[in-house]
Amino acid sequence: MAMPNGPQGERENYLNKEYGVGSWLLTTDHKRIALLYLMSITFFFFIGGFFALLIRLELLTPAGDLVQADTYNKLFTMHGMVMVFFFLIPSIPAVLGNFLVPMMIGAKDLAFPRINLLSWYLYIIGGVMMLHCMLTGGVDTGWTFYTPYSTAFTNTKIVEAGLAIFVAGFSSILTGLNFVVTIHRMRAPGMTWSRLPLFIWAHYATSIIQLLGTPVVAITIVLVAAERTLHLGIFDPKLGGDPLLFQHLFWFYSHPAVYIMILPSMGIVSEIIACFSRKRIFGYNFVALSSIAIAVFGFLVWAHHLFVAGISIYAAFVFSLLSYAVAVPSAVKTFNWTATLYKGSIRYDAPMLYAFGFIGLFMMGGLTGLFLSALGIDVHVTDTYFVVAHFHYIMVGGAVMGYLGGMHFWWPKISGRLYPEGWARLAALIVFIGFHLTFFPQFVLGYLGMPRRYYDYSHMPEFQVLNVLSTAGATILGVGYLLPMIYFLWSMRYGKPAPDNPWNAAGLEWKSASPPPTFNFDVEPVVTWEAYNYEELDAPHPQEAPVVR
Amino acid sequence: MSEHGTSIGFYVMIFLILLVLTGVTVSAAFINLGPLNPILALGIATTKALLVVLFFMHVKGASEKLVKLVVLSAVFFLLILLGLTLSDYATRLWS
Repeated sequence: MAMPNGPQGERENYLNKEYGVGSWLLTTDHKRIALLYLMSITFFFFIGGFFALLIRLELLTPAGDLVQADTYNKLFTMHGMVMVFFFLIPSIPAVLGNFLVPMMIGAKDLAFPRINLLSWYLYIIGGVMMLHCMLTGGVDTGWTFYTPYSTAFTNTKIVEAGLAIFVAGFSSILTGLNFVVTIHRMRAPGMTWSRLPLFIWAHYATSIIQLLGTPVVAITIVLVAAERTLHLGIFDPKLGGDPLLFQHLFWFYSHPAVYIMILPSMGIVSEIIACFSRKRIFGYNFVALSSIAIAVFGFLVWAHHLFVAGISIYAAFVFSLLSYAVAVPSAVKTFNWTATLYKGSIRYDAPMLYAFGFIGLFMMGGLTGLFLSALGIDVHVTDTYFVVAHFHYIMVGGAVMGYLGGMHFWWPKISGRLYPEGWARLAALIVFIGFHLTFFPQFVLGYLGMPRRYYDYSHMPEFQVLNVLSTAGATILGVGYLLPMIYFLWSMRYGKPAPDNPWNAAGLEWKSASPPPTFNFDVEPVVTWEAYNYEELDAPHPQEAPVVR
Repeated sequence: MSEHGTSIGFYVMIFLILLVLTGVTVSAAFINLGPLNPILALGIATTKALLVVLFFMHVKGASEKLVKLVVLSAVFFLLILLGLTLSDYATRLWS
């Protein structure tokens, strides 16, 4: 990760301060840890992607002809587990959050730098356990570990996969803890709560979920392992347990976990929309507080995953109503981003294209979420491809679009190099088209009744056309994801050196050098301006005022 | 935090109380109290959790309101978990 083209006597920064493997593996610099996470999650992203590719190839034809049924079950399980726990949840917080939270609030580092490194090691330990689990047989329960299948029937590696997720969960808790303390304690003088970038608000809300939710799923997984190995009667009805208790506990975390994925993305979109329309974000306070509202409401809706599982109809009615409530803060954000664009001076650089893509895809994912909140429709489409399409619109269309938008926006700051803009715009377009082609047909398939998790649909050959479209889209999407990786790597060696603030963006991180020095700022910044002061930034300075002839 | 609160002896005493309460939980499991079984077990568990939070996690002596707010919000979220889950159990048709 050195900068080989750097001129002699190049300014010292976090990348060239020290070299060698040890300087990376023992670093406590939040920026280096962010890059360690970047490499690790990218590795897992491609593993998860490989499983997705095999799933889509199997579904290319109605007959189950590429893999066996058992293998297919393992493929979608491992795809889900890897993507959720080892890519999506750590993606933005652990990479961009780690890099940017201290910089955006004017701090030298996170509050607990060594705990930050520990969180990466826990992630790696969990990841190695998961890899071992995959290589020695894998799991076939679906990423949701539903009981009693997971505790009483399957012979696959439940305990090992559960422990891997348990360990990785603690990495997530530590990241959340670090962010909460850092945001409370380490803001630069003048950086009041009402001046915080919305990226910080989003990460604060995310951290609350990580702190409060993750322990619940960790304990739930321990209970599954305990029932499986010690035959305690917790979830198995034969032993006096209740399988729905598992679903309650699991979704108490795993539904808010979706907000761990999407909230940071929303933070990124707020930064990008403001910068590329050169305006203060419309309704700053509402957008900030809507992040907190999403985090809180997100904890009140989990049982909408259980509507057909046998929960009380009265409880289902309450959870249905509460699920609608999440739409309100989400809509506040979407409307405010759109209002920010109004009369803005809009530029269509790659980060902005990703942000636009995010808004479109998130809106479709969010609105179909309302379909699923409605009890009547949910009964019709539960466990069909409609649900699969819905959550991929949120978790891939939303979260990954935001992640890529953020990677492009801050890449000059992270690497000190500019990426090729033309290629980046092309990649954004390919991702957008590939995404729709992959997942839109799945809405139709689900509505027509194609169940999820089936490897053979030969009794419904009329579904093949839509499945072929989806598989073709997945191939295009794969190219769209590969492209940024290639040109980011290319730019590290051949990209033009980036100026400190290539976008002329507001925000403290842009006042530091590109790449930043180890402690981020040479002098502790003092904040005297409001967030997103683009009008001020773009106003001509008196001495630069155009001369009237 | 009070002076005796920081001494090692005090923490050892809390630890011993926790061990005794664990013993009580195990012993109580052998006595059939009917519907009081879960109430007793959860009562002891809550007492133990309180001891840990107040003394080992230093919440009792914390001067900062923020610390108390954090603990209270965690308890609040636990109540959401229990309350909304029980809303299902209390109204489910078990027949």
